[in-house]
Amino acid sequence: MKYIDEFRDGQVAQSMAKAIAAEADPAGSYHIMEFCGGHTHAISRYGLEDLLPANVRMIHGPGCPVCVLPIGRIDAAIWLARQDGVTLCTYGDMLRVPGSKRLSLLKAKAEGCDIRMVYSTLDALKLAQSMPERQVVFFAIGFETTTPPTAVAIKQAQALGLKNFSVFCNHVLTPSAITQILDSPEVRELGTVKLDAFIGPAHVSTIIGSRPYEYFAEEYQRPVVIAGFEPLDVLQAVRMLIRQINQGRFEVENEFSRAVTRDGNEKAKSLVAEMFELRRVFEWRGLGLVPYSALRLKEAYAAWDAERRWDVPQDSPPDNKACECGAILRGVKRPMDCKLFGTICTPENPMGSCMVSAEGACAAHWTYGRFRDAEPGMPQGPEPEEEETE
Amino acid sequence: MTLPRRAHPRPLDLKTGRVDLTHGGGGRAMAQLVEELFIKGFDNEALNQRNDQAAFDVPAGRMVMTTDGYVISPLFFPGGDIGSLAVHGTVNDVAMAGAVPLSLSAGFIIEEGFPLADLKRIVDSMAKASRDAGVPVVTGDTKVVEKGKGDGIFITTAGIGMVPAGVVISGDRAKPGDAILISGTMGDHGVAVMSQRESLGFETAILSDSAALHTMVAEMVAAVPGIHVLRDPTRGGLAATLNEIASQSGVGMLMEEALVPVKPEVRGACELLGLDPLYVANEGKLICICPEADAETLLAVMRAHPLGVDAARIGACRADTHHFVQMKTAMGGMRVVDWLAGEQLPRIC
Repeated sequence: MKYIDEFRDGQVAQSMAKAIAAEADPAGSYHIMEFCGGHTHAISRYGLEDLLPANVRMIHGPGCPVCVLPIGRIDAAIWLARQDGVTLCTYGDMLRVPGSKRLSLLKAKAEGCDIRMVYSTLDALKLAQSMPERQVVFFAIGFETTTPPTAVAIKQAQALGLKNFSVFCNHVLTPSAITQILDSPEVRELGTVKLDAFIGPAHVSTIIGSRPYEYFAEEYQRPVVIAGFEPLDVLQAVRMLIRQINQGRFEVENEFSRAVTRDGNEKAKSLVAEMFELRRVFEWRGLGLVPYSALRLKEAYAAWDAERRWDVPQDSPPDNKACECGAILRGVKRPMDCKLFGTICTPENPMGSCMVSAEGACAAHWTYGRFRDAEPGMPQGPEPEEEETE
Repeated sequence: MTLPRRAHPRPLDLKTGRVDLTHGGGGRAMAQLVEELFIKGFDNEALNQRNDQAAFDVPAGRMVMTTDGYVISPLFFPGGDIGSLAVHGTVNDVAMAGAVPLSLSAGFIIEEGFPLADLKRIVDSMAKASRDAGVPVVTGDTKVVEKGKGDGIFITTAGIGMVPAGVVISGDRAKPGDAILISGTMGDHGVAVMSQRESLGFETAILSDSAALHTMVAEMVAAVPGIHVLRDPTRGGLAATLNEIASQSGVGMLMEEALVPVKPEVRGACELLGLDPLYVANEGKLICICPEADAETLLAVMRAHPLGVDAARIGACRADTHHFVQMKTAMGGMRVVDWLAGEQLPRIC
């Protein structure tokens, strides 16, 4: 398949793996955070860790929109779905995210709430047109990539004069999350979490461009390479970051030049700027309250804001005490460090949000990588051990 | 016996008519529907007896029996429909024991208001699939449910078949060292169905692979009676089916991504939809696990059959107390190929 196969060529991958091994200083170590869940998924899905030297460690970041939404916002969405006459539209992954009291949108749906899974904001809009007697609320989540489609839907609702469509806005911003991680005590003061470099988001960067990362590359002296979501993109980014670290540079480089420019998508940015404003503070799962890290609709678009139309609860119940999603999202812990991982928390029965989305660190490790945790003596890797009869 | 045509003075309106509650009520209307649609369509000796059960002789030996419900949406998709699927799916489930399918039953649960034209199209397609397979629908049942209590039509079919002497094919017989073969490209059915769903407005040239596999199975069993496992990777796709077998047999598996055939169109559609072809349903493919020494023979038999031209060896079983299905990716890394968590998309079979 053209434009895909080129970025998944196994032979190229092998030669890049050799190049990475040659460039990585065996005496040093490299801690690279891939911010995005898309990268986390690619690393696990293609088994890329097997192609990296042991001293290059990938740390999974918080860039999974499903994972970072706190329990309170899930509860609020369930609350909305329970209001009379409301049809709640959501992207599929959100259905299974556990809220408080072990509820989820999926369970609320089974209880009789009208909750629909949609593929795009425009599906939700169509639904609103076809059911004028119902209030259709779109559960808007995601980083900068999914914000423009939400904006477009509201614009269209405005043009159509749709009175029964609104948006429960949970759009969040990438740069503030990265800054929050770099400012966290574990990274900044205690130094317990080593973060040498970042792989920057692919799709987010097509919208915001590479410029927003320049600030913290400079301020925090961490190199950033924006990379596509294909496996060779990730390997190339790792190689570029190792080179920067070796040379003592901390610049923003763009591996994903086939889609990302320095200034991004001006049209999308100005549409978002016209319709949304920064929230003073927004709660993230794992990162806590992060200042100026999320968007809400401006007053001029209040008519389409579900939070203004209903008195949506603003509670913030804590995560399950044993759940380590928070620490995992900050890179402080790895999925297998969590006591719940794979015992009572699995993709079929997720306790924490990182186990829900395929892009979540726990789901990716469980689904693709858990053979790595198998106790010694188990067959691992490509060569089968000596066979024993069962 | 032939019922006099006068029993139903006006024939069913198969152009614009709709199923109503009387068609399931046990009265004349139901008799007419059964007569003019089902008996006419399926036409065979056992069914034509018009009893509440079919009576027929079976050869002596080991029999298999299976049943399956079909709730697919949409009802018609490129390469098939719920009717042909209801025949192929059940014939295949019988065949996966290495058995020769003998006969089928069919139960129809129809929603009030369902167009008779669509019902006829489904019955005709089902009858054709059954004739082509040489496996008659010998008994059936019709129920009509009120509007809103069904989704157009649901079909259940049951099937029986006889296992040739000496053949023991079962999901718990995979052994470390066994070869894992598949009969062709993965994901065609699921993608064909998804391409028809209203919210996914893309046109693809992909046809469902829906097909009855029993003739190919008969040739395979004749060539290698010692096949360990046969199974068709339907819901959950290759990944789920391999995991089922791995846990049933208590073995691990190691496969290679590069060896799994996937049509470029299917790969492209999966790319767009964020699906993994390994998890997408097939309705005309099988997985065969056999002793390594028999692998080449079976591959040759499959490739010589029209339904197995793309047959491939994708990996091998091995000892592993975790029963992991692992895969060497095209990149050269390793990963688990896990069970499907939740659903990729609802109701594709």
